[in-house]
Amino acid sequence: MKMFNRRSFLKGGLAGGAAIAAVGTSKQAEAAGSFGGYPDSMGVLVDLTKCVGCRTCEAACNKEQGLPAPDKSFDDPSVFEEKREGGLPRRTTEKAYTVVQKYDVPGREHPLFRKVQCNHCNEPACLTSCFVNAYKKTPEGAVMYDPTVCVGCRTCMVACPFYIPAYSYSSAINPVVKKCIMCYDTRLKFGKPPACVEACPQEVMTFGKRKDLLKLAHQRISEKPDAYVDHVYGETEVGGTAWMYLSDVPFDKIGYDTHLGDQPIISYVKEFLAVVPMVLTIWPALFTGFHLLSNRKDALKNEENKS
Amino acid sequence: MGGRKKTLLGMAALMLLTAPLVAPAWAEDGPGTVEIGSLANHYSAVTFDHAMHTGVASSCAECHHHTTGLAPTDPTCARCHEAGAKAGSVACKDCHSDKRFSAEDLAKIGEKPQLYHKGKPGLKGAYHRKCLGCHTTMGGPTGCQDCHTRNDKGDAFFNAGKYAPAPSTSAGHGGGH
Repeated sequence: MKMFNRRSFLKGGLAGGAAIAAVGTSKQAEAAGSFGGYPDSMGVLVDLTKCVGCRTCEAACNKEQGLPAPDKSFDDPSVFEEKREGGLPRRTTEKAYTVVQKYDVPGREHPLFRKVQCNHCNEPACLTSCFVNAYKKTPEGAVMYDPTVCVGCRTCMVACPFYIPAYSYSSAINPVVKKCIMCYDTRLKFGKPPACVEACPQEVMTFGKRKDLLKLAHQRISEKPDAYVDHVYGETEVGGTAWMYLSDVPFDKIGYDTHLGDQPIISYVKEFLAVVPMVLTIWPALFTGFHLLSNRKDALKNEENKS
Repeated sequence: MGGRKKTLLGMAALMLLTAPLVAPAWAEDGPGTVEIGSLANHYSAVTFDHAMHTGVASSCAECHHHTTGLAPTDPTCARCHEAGAKAGSVACKDCHSDKRFSAEDLAKIGEKPQLYHKGKPGLKGAYHRKCLGCHTTMGGPTGCQDCHTRNDKGDAFFNAGKYAPAPSTSAGHGGGH
């Protein structure tokens, strides 16, 4: 098995970038890509078949992260009926890093509940898109955000394939991006599971090493093939995510984007990004040269006319 | 012949030995009530009417899997576990950990690559899945406070009761960004 650490990943990326700049092919860029995540990073397996929609996870997140009081009590099921513009269910906000959504699935005896939060991608699009490096993927698996360097461009919000980062529009002085950090500061870095995982009465979420969770997920499917669709959402989507999902309903029926592909978002922009340094360094010199050459004639002519 | 006699004798002795182990599982139905309170935090302890539940369950194995000596009712479990000796303990907490995702527990699981039940739920998960799962199919109570009343700490945690947000702030803030 090939082991990658961040250094070799970056080195590979640089080598790939240099190769493109020199030869202009895209093959090397693809070869340099697959980081595949830190080998011992942690993750969470969410078994949607077990969620009863009690919203205890939302309350736990609110308290752990010191978020402002909610608009409605955390035991109020009326939030499930709230709709955003376009009839979409509620999403993560600056005040709620995780929300539970309800789906009435035809033919299913009970509604299906889906917990939404940052999926903590192996190769996050938010991190890729951020030009001030405000994002960081920790070896433990969390995707962290540093508000002190953020310039508020909100490109990460556009880049995220799961529409997770929220923005504190309510703050006029210092608005920042707000999202789930997998309780890194207070729990994950001390080897503890995120607050939502620990609070869940149904143990919908299983916390562990991502590679172990994958084995567990496939074991569950093979033990009860009638109880699950044969897919672990997040195993391969956008290069793999730390949070993964099991469901008894096809994922596209319950709001999951099943057309994201297996490539990390960075793969789509790598060729372009490799060209950026070339544009910034070679082009100015090159075109200044052209400009001087073409102007030289005029300058000479002018001098001739003068004399 | 002698060998055969010995085998028969041995089998009889074995039956005599195992009989008292198996028999209580059939003969008595365990405690009348169980106070489930080791995890009580936001809710009060549950006074579980064990006697009533033995009357409605088809078998002890419905809840106790294979530990009471009866064959498990779940066909997935029955692939490996069959009727046999009663386990040393039949209490939920003796198999289901109350600190399921702690570093110690995860390390313990990691040390045993052969372990099959790597995803065994913790104590809280085991209680809720078993109780709520059956209550849903059998028409039992399914509300949180049907089994355990929420305490003041719980009200604060859920921003409910006297900690509920003022109703005026709840209008028109459904969407968010």
